Amino acid sequence: MTKLPSTTDIIEDLEFFDDWEERYQYIIDLSKQLPELSEAERTDDRIVKGCQSSVWLKPTIDDDRLFFDVASDAVIVSGLLVLVLAAYQGQTAKTIVDFDMDNYFKVLDLERHISMTRGSGLRAIVAKIRELATQHSS
Amino acid sequence: MSLDIDALRAQFPILSTKVNGKTLTYLDNAATTQKPQVVIDALVDFYTQCNSNVHRGAHSLSDEATRRFENARSNIQTFINANQREEVIWTSGTTEAINIVANGLAQKLKAGDEVLITEMEHHANLVTWQQACLRAGATLQVAQINEIGELDVADFTAKLSSNTRLVAFPHASNALGTLNAINELTSIVKSQSDALVLIDGAQGIAHCKVDVQAIGCDFYVFSGHKLCAPTGVGILWGRYSVLENWPVWQTGGEMIRTVDYQESTWGVLPHRLEAGTPNIAGAVGLGAAVEWFMQQDLDALKAHETALLNYAMDKAKDFSGIQLVGTAKEKVGVMSFLIDGTHPGDLGFILDQQGVAIRTGDHCAQPLMKRLGLGGTARASFSIYNTFEEIDTLFVALNKAKNMLA
Ligand SMILES: Cc1ncc(COP(=O)(O)O)c(C=O)c1O
Repeated sequence: MTKLPSTTDIIEDLEFFDDWEERYQYIIDLSKQLPELSEAERTDDRIVKGCQSSVWLKPTIDDDRLFFDVASDAVIVSGLLVLVLAAYQGQTAKTIVDFDMDNYFKVLDLERHISMTRGSGLRAIVAKIRELATQHSS
Repeated sequence: MSLDIDALRAQFPILSTKVNGKTLTYLDNAATTQKPQVVIDALVDFYTQCNSNVHRGAHSLSDEATRRFENARSNIQTFINANQREEVIWTSGTTEAINIVANGLAQKLKAGDEVLITEMEHHANLVTWQQACLRAGATLQVAQINEIGELDVADFTAKLSSNTRLVAFPHASNALGTLNAINELTSIVKSQSDALVLIDGAQGIAHCKVDVQAIGCDFYVFSGHKLCAPTGVGILWGRYSVLENWPVWQTGGEMIRTVDYQESTWGVLPHRLEAGTPNIAGAVGLGAAVEWFMQQDLDALKAHETALLNYAMDKAKDFSGIQLVGTAKEKVGVMSFLIDGTHPGDLGFILDQQGVAIRTGDHCAQPLMKRLGLGGTARASFSIYNTFEEIDTLFVALNKAKNMLA
């Protein structure tokens, strides 16, 4: 499994840029680090639907830790998924449930992507992962 | 003929706002259009000067509200050249207008009957008929389009039969921009069948002169918000002889003549199809919008829109990696496209960062996208107040997006 950057790395990196182009170039570049689901594994039962782009999610549980393979057909969403997985990948259910994703996106100054108004599927995937973690911890 | 574009733009206050620190380049006009100050003023004036309910007037304010509301109806009548003002029904928009007709039709359809639509429908002009057919056991027929997004008129004609009860097609396609020859299609239907004809005018009304009597259709429907008027108001125009006994849609106040506990009788047009308190201010706003349009040089506006579309399509030809979706010979100002190696959602996002507003996705036309073998497209759509410079801005922004994404 590829090593993902940590949330602190990401916060520091993004703070460093001052224009939108650099910020989104960084997110686009991050997309290449996504622990990606192969085409064959992108089955309908794994789709988490947003209205603009589809995201596929395959969770695996190893001991008490949760791992996720994901895929999106859009690059920016893929990059944003790396930001999300930086917080969730290989964590315990409790850590996942306790993590404040909204606040993290606010700190990154990317909250519009996680807000209600965007049909990017990102919000749906965060909800799905939290739901899985909640089930696993109970 | 020349158009003073600066003076025109100055009438639309939102066009000078900034988005993401950049001057707004608004190219999402097929989704909704911006409003001129006169329309905004009509809403404000209504609420500040004469807000009241209509048709119940025991007092002067209500009389004034009713006068403005009915005056707006007359403006619409003039604008689309309806024979009678009673043929103009206020609805919440295109979607509700189609539902009124589809709901009535469902009560008349029998098993074996057919409804004909086309492959270029917006869901509003598709799901409505599909559900009406399902309720009645009738069959939905779909006329094909060709590769460039034009209706296959031979297929359309072949799919008409003595069982066809209604034919619905768009004046113009929201996803592709294709402008249909509505007069010709209507006369084909009328000469080959007894079917009623409904035209979804959502994308046509802002771009073309509409004369419902000359078209010869039975229903023409549109939304105010795509015609520089407020959201939440639209029009069902229906031929008097058809609408007069059309099954009522919603029931309740305003639309009745007499009410008893076990039965009621219905009022006359237009009220029998307008249950409850209408969107009075919205109607007044739509009346103001069409009045504004009628004061403009419509030929000059149309020429400007055509020039904008041609300019954009020409620029696209020189832009490497772009694939145009929908290149019909007759089009309204809609340019749907893909850029090699990029997802439309990503394009839309990078454009937005540069202040350029477009729409991306399936454009409420999933079967059309499937027919074209696409998941969706990016769509820039133009209106009267757009400029050539804005199209230049679009292509500069697209170039940047391509460099970042592809
Ligand atoms: C061709 C077409 N038909 C119907 C509609 C539905 O209009 P409304 O959502 O205003 O009811 C639209 C709006 O996008 C449209 O473009």
